[in-house]
Amino acid sequence: MKTDPQQEEIIQEFELLGGDAEMMITYLIELGQKMPSMNSEDKTDDILVKGCQSKVWLKVSREGDNLRFQADSNSAVTKGLVSILVRIFNRLPPEEAAEKEVYFMERSGLSRYIGTQRSNGFGAMIKQIRYYGLAYQIK
Amino acid sequence: MSALPLRSQFPILNQQVNNKPLVYFDNAATAQKPKCVIDALSNYYETFNSNVHRGVHTLAGIATAHFEQTRLAVQQFINAKYNEEIIFTHGTTEGINLAASCFTSLLSPDDEIIISLLEHHSNIVPWQMAAQKSGAKLKVIPLTEALELDMEAYKKMLSPKTKMVAVNHASNSIGTVNPIQEIIKLAHQAGALVLIDGGQGIAHLPTDVQELDCDFYAFSGHKMYGPTGVGILYGKKAILEKIPPYMGGGEMIKEVTFEKTTYNDLPYKFEAGTPNIADVIALKTAIDFIVEIGRKEIAQHENELLLHATKSLQNLPKVKIIGAAKEKVSIVSFVADGIHPFDIGQWLDAQGIAVRTGHHCTQPLITYLNVEGTVRASFALYNTKEEIDFFIENLQHCIKKLG
Repeated sequence: MKTDPQQEEIIQEFELLGGDAEMMITYLIELGQKMPSMNSEDKTDDILVKGCQSKVWLKVSREGDNLRFQADSNSAVTKGLVSILVRIFNRLPPEEAAEKEVYFMERSGLSRYIGTQRSNGFGAMIKQIRYYGLAYQIK
Repeated sequence: MSALPLRSQFPILNQQVNNKPLVYFDNAATAQKPKCVIDALSNYYETFNSNVHRGVHTLAGIATAHFEQTRLAVQQFINAKYNEEIIFTHGTTEGINLAASCFTSLLSPDDEIIISLLEHHSNIVPWQMAAQKSGAKLKVIPLTEALELDMEAYKKMLSPKTKMVAVNHASNSIGTVNPIQEIIKLAHQAGALVLIDGGQGIAHLPTDVQELDCDFYAFSGHKMYGPTGVGILYGKKAILEKIPPYMGGGEMIKEVTFEKTTYNDLPYKFEAGTPNIADVIALKTAIDFIVEIGRKEIAQHENELLLHATKSLQNLPKVKIIGAAKEKVSIVSFVADGIHPFDIGQWLDAQGIAVRTGHHCTQPLITYLNVEGTVRASFALYNTKEEIDFFIENLQHCIKKLG
């Protein structure tokens, strides 16, 4: 598996927190707060990611040859999670977005307590991003 | 009753989660197991593991005797008239599916099935399937403002067309205890049968199926300190004899030829295949554990915890408790202004506190309440007021941070 500079950076940021659950969740919430919110008129049902306990809107557009992602959530923690995915996948060509491996959860320590269980819809978000990557290869 | 001496009998509780002592408030999902239940499981596998009802050898005899002792213990626990009215299942869901599926052949397109807005998906979907197959209609009892069943509306819904009323003993989402005695009486007056989903009732409420006069009562072992994967469907003997079997296979037959099979007597007619022997046997240990402590004593302790949690939550300005039912099992469900329940759940988990968040498998109720979901804290005999105080303190931090 290729190392990904974006994910390595995220892993380092979380490693600084020394595995403290409260600090990790606080940082995750901060990351979400830093990501610009989407306009309410853009948060339409057709871009909702299915399979999350909270609402997650994921919007994709083209920027030259690359994909641009915008996301939002009505949960602060989930918004933090999806903001990390946006950081990883933003401005990638569709082929790369469709293929990219996501490995930061395990090494950042996030998977230990946030988990990748279906309640937070993490898997569903990645699936949706990959699907956009595939769809934009055809377009 | 003090919870602390009992607490030491639950090995799992003595641990740190996220570097904090575990506070387990997800008992409505599954309760933890005392050491005696865990020991009963390993004792079975270490000393007399054998298939039941078939073998002539000694171990098979011991296993069969223990297996059938659980049936007798359950019979006593819910005061069933006959031990053959106790059917072993995998859990509440299978029990309801068994009853609904076997009952379908007795339904016709003009018939009606009544359920309620408080039901778990497992007491909705099996009846939807029965309705689809038979053409019968499904009707739903609405709620009052306190989120109790609207009994006046229920009375009006009953008619000679009603063939089955299926409601829970207590709501898994918000804790409301339903007046099942009255529901059953009214249904019987209309000529309908009644199934009670006892998933949340059995561990908290006295359950006497003869006094209740219910036709079916389904529950799970794992919510009453027993193992997962074992449950009970109680059914009145006359009805169980009338409905067809659920699954075909070994054990449920009397005689098989390729032309025709005759079915075994109750309860074996409904217990095809090798049952979940180990868990059935350990379920008796869980029942003995409960009986020894006393169901009244457990209920009293849990009720004290519920009152303490309710009062404490009422003092938090941004928190709204869902449901104001006069009687609740030890479940409190709430929302907090501007904070998603999922975030509260994650925040509390970082402090070692386990609660449930979301729709609790009751999507129609959550949609009706017009909320994103709720946070649910549910208490068992080993929980303490100190744990509730710790939970409230951390909930306050969470609200301060995220609200």
